Amino acid sequence: MRTGFVLGDNIRTGLSNYKIKLQTENACLYYGKFQALRNITLRIPERSITAIIGPSGCGKSSFLRIFNRMNDLITGARVEGKVELDGQLIYEAHFDIVELRKKVGMVFQKPNPFPMSIYDNIAFGPKQHNRYTKSELDKIVESSLKQAALWDEVKDKLGQSALGLSGGQQQRLCIARVLAVEPEVILMDEPCSALDPAATLRIEDLMRTLAELYTIVIVTHNMQQAARVSDTAAFFMMASDRAGELVEYGSTSQIFTNPRDKRTEDYITGCFG
Amino acid sequence: MKLKKFGERIPQSLFFLIALSALSALALITIFIFIEGVPLIAKVGFFNFIFGMKWAPSLGQYGIFPMIVGTVLVTVGAVIIGVPIALCCSIFLAEFAPRQLSMLVRPAIQLLAGIPSVVYGFWGLIFIVPAIRNYLGGPGLSILAGSIILAIMILPTVISISEVSILALPPLLKEGAFALGATHWQTIRSVLLPAAKSGILASIILGIGRAVGETMAVIMVLGNAVALPSSILDPARTLTTNIGIEMGYASGEHQQALFATGIVLLVIIMILNASAQYAIRRK
Repeated sequence: MRTGFVLGDNIRTGLSNYKIKLQTENACLYYGKFQALRNITLRIPERSITAIIGPSGCGKSSFLRIFNRMNDLITGARVEGKVELDGQLIYEAHFDIVELRKKVGMVFQKPNPFPMSIYDNIAFGPKQHNRYTKSELDKIVESSLKQAALWDEVKDKLGQSALGLSGGQQQRLCIARVLAVEPEVILMDEPCSALDPAATLRIEDLMRTLAELYTIVIVTHNMQQAARVSDTAAFFMMASDRAGELVEYGSTSQIFTNPRDKRTEDYITGCFG
Repeated sequence: MKLKKFGERIPQSLFFLIALSALSALALITIFIFIEGVPLIAKVGFFNFIFGMKWAPSLGQYGIFPMIVGTVLVTVGAVIIGVPIALCCSIFLAEFAPRQLSMLVRPAIQLLAGIPSVVYGFWGLIFIVPAIRNYLGGPGLSILAGSIILAIMILPTVISISEVSILALPPLLKEGAFALGATHWQTIRSVLLPAAKSGILASIILGIGRAVGETMAVIMVLGNAVALPSSILDPARTLTTNIGIEMGYASGEHQQALFATGIVLLVIIMILNASAQYAIRRK
């Protein structure tokens, strides 16, 4: 039996107060002939943190990459069904992919600062989209780094290479880099998996702060992390043909304390995965 | 047990000796060139040899400055013509070309490296030289002809090394730039090329080394006059062609002067290779 998203969930968990930011309806993802995701129907509320959890290979990251069309980079990748940002279908031919990626930023599993200075890393995004004066860029760099809780650590070495920062700092730099293009949504693909526990907690604190302004969707392997930071959680699993499916979706507290599906319960309590 | 250990050591020593023979060939050639060439440089005077304007072996005058200028001009010309083409080609192959196309183009470019230089020279003599003579004037045998031929000859080196250095970049860099809304071209220009610049620089330096060292093709199209050229349509002589042309009949002091020319070449090539190594390691 496959349980999709039930509209009633929102009302029960109080999510109905939120505006829906991202939405998929029967979304399917194919890599060539291989189906990676099947019939995912999910609504992601604005200004909150949604965690995508599930065992390895269940298509969590692929699902995340649907929202900023990162799968477009892979030849043979194809999305069917509806994917909406603010009610607009983002896979329509006329939809501006650059605008989409400005609105929907992404933080990757491994910190990926560009091999340039800290300043240039942050200024990179804004510079691609607009002409800014030096002082405007200075302001963007400062406010982005402050928002990402990195400013105090790097303000005296903005000209130094970003590659000299620690892993945790690099990941916050990548978050600041996303913030600099003024996104509305931030997708995070296991952002802490390469970091030590202290750096992980800092990123989690940061996520909670950012959730007041941004819609955050995070893919994570770490159940405690999902339980700690997210407001809502979606549990994915691989079907017998290896296509990822949505098993259960609801508020984080419901998913973790009172899962409706036996498979969710088994996974969360550590029976498999 | 001991026998087994001994059995291990035989191939080890054997390979060491053979490897050493390759190295000693380098050492022997270098030493030989220096032994032959240095006395002449000492006799003529280092300054007179390098900056002397007159090369007249029959009069005992050995100044190679015109050939240094010729080498530099031909090489710079080859870089100006060849490097932009090579970089565009490597960016196209690494970033834009569909897989099937790049699978076709890549071996074709490698094939360019396999064409014997005498064939390049012959082709240049039959096509490039008359074309220059007819459309641009001058004798046709010229620096421009040499530069065009060398530009083609350095393509495989520059293309393949810079393509590899772009392809070797972590995919996360590209994804990071795309995720910030950068277009493909913005990503290439502002992220990928700067990140690959040490490899690209190395490819250019190695290409220059190839151009400086090329002899046969250059002899055939350069005209080989020993005089300071006043335009790129003038003939010229490079350091390599100087050796190539005169070695057949040189003897005594004249022969020493050719070896001395070889010293200058060797030093230039060593500097180029060392800077290529430095550029590669610096990243």
